[in-house]
Amino acid sequence: MKTVSTNNVSADRHDDHKPSGIGRWLFATNHKDIGTMYLVFSCIMFFIGGAMALAIRAELFRPGMQFFDPGFYNQMVTNHALVMIFGAVMPAFVGLANWMIPLQIGAPDMALPRMNNYSFWILPFAFTLLLGSLFTPSGGPAGGWTMYPPLSLQSGNSFPMMIFAVHLMGASSIMGAINVIVTILNMRAPGMSLLKLPLFCWTWLITAYLLIAVMPVLAGAVTMLLTDHYFGTSFFNPAGGGDPVMFQHIFWFFGHPEVYILILPAFGIVSEIIPTFSRKPMFGYDAMVYATASIAFLSFIVWAHHMFTVGMPLAGQMFFMMSTMLIAVPTGVKVFNWTTTMWKGSLSFEPPMLFALAFLFLFTIGGFSGLMLAIVPADYQYQDTYFVVAHFHYVLVPGAIFAIMAAVYYWLPKWTGTMYDMTLAKWHFWVSTVSVNVLFFPQHFLGLAGMPRRIPDYNVQFTDWNMVSSVGGFVFGFSQLVFVWVIIKAVRGGPPASAKVWDADMPGLEWSVPSPAPYHSFDTPPDVH
Amino acid sequence: MKQTSNRGLVMQLLLFTAGSFAFGFALVPLYSVLCQVWNTGNRWYGTQTAEASVIERPVTDRVVTVEFVANIPHAGAWEFKSQVPSIKVQPGKLYSTSFYARNLTDRAVVAQAVPSIAPQTIARYFRKTECFCFTPQNFSSGEGREMPVRFIVDPDLPLDVDRITLAYSFFDAPQVAAVSR
Repeated sequence: MKTVSTNNVSADRHDDHKPSGIGRWLFATNHKDIGTMYLVFSCIMFFIGGAMALAIRAELFRPGMQFFDPGFYNQMVTNHALVMIFGAVMPAFVGLANWMIPLQIGAPDMALPRMNNYSFWILPFAFTLLLGSLFTPSGGPAGGWTMYPPLSLQSGNSFPMMIFAVHLMGASSIMGAINVIVTILNMRAPGMSLLKLPLFCWTWLITAYLLIAVMPVLAGAVTMLLTDHYFGTSFFNPAGGGDPVMFQHIFWFFGHPEVYILILPAFGIVSEIIPTFSRKPMFGYDAMVYATASIAFLSFIVWAHHMFTVGMPLAGQMFFMMSTMLIAVPTGVKVFNWTTTMWKGSLSFEPPMLFALAFLFLFTIGGFSGLMLAIVPADYQYQDTYFVVAHFHYVLVPGAIFAIMAAVYYWLPKWTGTMYDMTLAKWHFWVSTVSVNVLFFPQHFLGLAGMPRRIPDYNVQFTDWNMVSSVGGFVFGFSQLVFVWVIIKAVRGGPPASAKVWDADMPGLEWSVPSPAPYHSFDTPPDVH
Repeated sequence: MKQTSNRGLVMQLLLFTAGSFAFGFALVPLYSVLCQVWNTGNRWYGTQTAEASVIERPVTDRVVTVEFVANIPHAGAWEFKSQVPSIKVQPGKLYSTSFYARNLTDRAVVAQAVPSIAPQTIARYFRKTECFCFTPQNFSSGEGREMPVRFIVDPDLPLDVDRITLAYSFFDAPQVAAVSR
């Protein structure tokens, strides 16, 4: 693909001069500092959202009401989703983009550093607003993260707080997306044509376009909710000629591309890691780019598969069923290419590779259950059961989140300059992988047996698998403390990592700078052939 | 390689974003048009306007059950019910029935009934010549009254349909003018 002929880092270390004090972070414009803040923020949100998940699993450990009233349970379900999607997974990907895209394309920084600062610092305010709503007299939002009217309109004082929090999160991710697009299109090192771009950058470029296409649609939908509630409009109010079902159509027009926003960067990460630890170039690089673009295009025309049961003409159901199944083709191309990259490779199993392999297997399970859900007559059975919960947690937890962990284990030595504790990281991997399956696999059985989602109590016939799932949940939750411990240990010190870090011949520009990456890198653009 | 300046590209992308925001709102009329074209979605298309003229041509060998449902969506202070739960009708023949509503508050209220027909795909075969849902209804305090509906089921009603549900939701209509599609 490409080789690097110059190493621009000189010995005088002027490139390592950092601003001091709290101002370094408050007024940060350095892509590495902002990337770090994004990653730390998303880690905190991951634990807050995780605590809510454990509250849910504790309540569901056995039938009957244990700890909370149903209203609080609903608040936990709603906020768990909002925090994990907008607070944990999306900022983690933006943090990785901030850290790695300039290093991968040989740019000195992101194209718009000041906007980069704004887009990060909006987030703490957004989540203070969202989480603060839990302490209002009527409690936090409890109508589900999808905010369907009329239920969401009945949530009291938390309603406008949730709406404005969503507006802020949207503004933040739109700014982040614009930054990524301008950086990738304008700041590539000379000679790096688009089809030499690392796949992580490619998937992020496409994700960024998805973000600016659909986050504003979500902003519009929640604005309509707001004006329906406070200004007497009737977008979704039948008394004034509106239709609540239309909210679902507009919401899922955002919502389906959103699930690809949550997974495409993960595809990019896995496409970086598997070639490294297979010691082979990526099989079918061009096909991977086109597959990503096809998935992004298809994501815009499948939204109604989230709402087959609200009623639509047969032709509509057929269209949305077929187009949804079509997505399996480019996704299949990707899974095929990852597998083929490993074929006859010199595999080794360091923690990033382990997480990438778990991603490959477990994401595919989530993909298959997605295909089952796409079948209209079957969907009438699965709709709003734990089968759906199992499906989207398989694609998001051992899918998106495992890919984020793989990325952290892959690039952490480049960030800290030290090698982390491999043994502990492998423990983290094995405990997480076993427990995540104990946690989510039984939910398939519960769903097929008819257990509905979003309820705090259930029929006694569902007890056994719920207990198993809760045990898995607690083990998975607490095993993430190992992850944090590995990172803290590595930040504090450890055996120094080389510039290449991994014992493999990787083409990426990020491996041409020393570890830790100097504060200012690529002041002069590298040469890429 | 030719490339746009950062400023130019940012302006393009901001324009793109603004376009997406506008598109979100444009979806509202867009869905209405598509639903009308495909005769789906909102179940009351054409159900809130009176038929100009209907010609009776009864189909004597076919019977369809029409069910009546009366809903009060919020905890409004209304009594609202259908005089009969259902009637058996012959397609092509004009029938009339009535709903009863009573204002349980001690002040005058304006109300609007919004009809809905199930199954939703046959709304256009259900024609009303008179209905209290066409206009907002004024009620003085404590007033109750019968409100008539006259309808005809089109003889072309698909053969697999033998049961039609006509449901009304009765809303307080402070911002009266509302409605009327």
